Amino acid sequence: MRHLMSPLDFTVEELDRLLDLAGDIEACPEKYAHACAGKKLATLFYEPSTRTRLSHEAAMLNLGGSILGFSSAESSSATKGESVADTIRMISCYADICAMRHPKEGSALVACEHSSIPVINAGDGGHQHPTQTLTDLLTIRSLKGRLDHMKIGLCGDLKFGRTVHSLIHALVRYPEIEFVLISPEELKLPSYIRRDVLDKNKIPYEEVVRLEDALPNLDLLYMTRVQKERFFNEEDYVRMKDFYILDSKKMELAGPDMLVLHPLPRVNEISVEVDKDPRAAYFKQVQYGVYVRMALILTLLEIEV
Amino acid sequence: MVENTLTVGSISEGFVLDHIQAGKSMDIYKYLNLDKLDCCVAIIKNAKSNKMGKKDIMKIECPIDFMDLDVLAFIDHNITINIIKDQKIVEKRELHLPKQIKNIIRCKNPRCITSIEQGLDHMFILTDPETETYRCKYCEEKYDGRHRRKK
Repeated sequence: MRHLMSPLDFTVEELDRLLDLAGDIEACPEKYAHACAGKKLATLFYEPSTRTRLSHEAAMLNLGGSILGFSSAESSSATKGESVADTIRMISCYADICAMRHPKEGSALVACEHSSIPVINAGDGGHQHPTQTLTDLLTIRSLKGRLDHMKIGLCGDLKFGRTVHSLIHALVRYPEIEFVLISPEELKLPSYIRRDVLDKNKIPYEEVVRLEDALPNLDLLYMTRVQKERFFNEEDYVRMKDFYILDSKKMELAGPDMLVLHPLPRVNEISVEVDKDPRAAYFKQVQYGVYVRMALILTLLEIEV
Repeated sequence: MVENTLTVGSISEGFVLDHIQAGKSMDIYKYLNLDKLDCCVAIIKNAKSNKMGKKDIMKIECPIDFMDLDVLAFIDHNITINIIKDQKIVEKRELHLPKQIKNIIRCKNPRCITSIEQGLDHMFILTDPETETYRCKYCEEKYDGRHRRKK
């Protein structure tokens, strides 16, 4: 039995197979419409989430399965002091697979140690969010046709943004990847990621502050939101939150094939006017999120269609 | 003036831990859970040492297969372990960093699941032997290395 704890749980070959399956699901959804008939997905969300929970639930419903679960800690036995280990033992009796989001880092690993059904880590605090990374990889591969030979701009909060950290870990496994790290000084990529991931794998990268300087040479721009909850004081957040705003004028500096991705939700970092630009891929990314989660559910349940 | 010297008798079977950093023997006592064992332990603090100036020494009288000493490598690489049988040194054991450490150190990350989950062991994994880096098995936070003496 397999679980998904981190985006690196799959080898590059396994990942290729998963993305191929997601591609086939996109091409022939009707073929998979009853693949999980009679199977149940439990969504255990100890903290609120819109996209991730609904995306997992939509994925299971698209496969003909059923869903059950809770969407906040308040509506679960966690308020009575129940441990993650006990909750997952109980859920294992109710469902065939589960997706869990919990504010504490490492909570998904505790769940998988006590579970008799596959566990999908749907976010464990600031630690891992592997299904977002799978979504990003499928979006890039589907729209660019490759995951190698690319210059990727990562923009915004590179210090606390776990989606950016996970994406870097996942992409350095492909040849000829280059990064441009675009952030204010205060939100630079942590040195341990630069040293242990980029330098160790001999990945070329440059650090810039101005988005305009990076835009002309990128194949892909990954924007992130500056998250209020990461700041200790309001003043710092207010100073940082509108540091980068991608608008139509800046998009004129970018090449005709440069894609714009964003894990969403966005606040001000991408102007609404950019939504109409054919290079804006962040809403397509949401759709790819469903396909990749469908492929993941089938893979972890070992269902072949 | 007569210089006072302390004499501690030899042991028939057990371990002599030598070259412990001066003043750290009580930490070792705690890490090895010696308080929970019913065996004879001698702790010599601030003994004279040509190499170290001052050092601590511990003598533990117990069957030699009784104790897992690997954790000592994590705490202090420079400790020498002499294995005693029939009052003689039969082996000088080399220390190797343990691949994982259970309930010796605690994860300090307040966002880690170990901070709230009942009955969960505090496990640290050796992720980089070269830099002697240990990370929490659950949140992957790096252990800050305090209380450790490296090579």
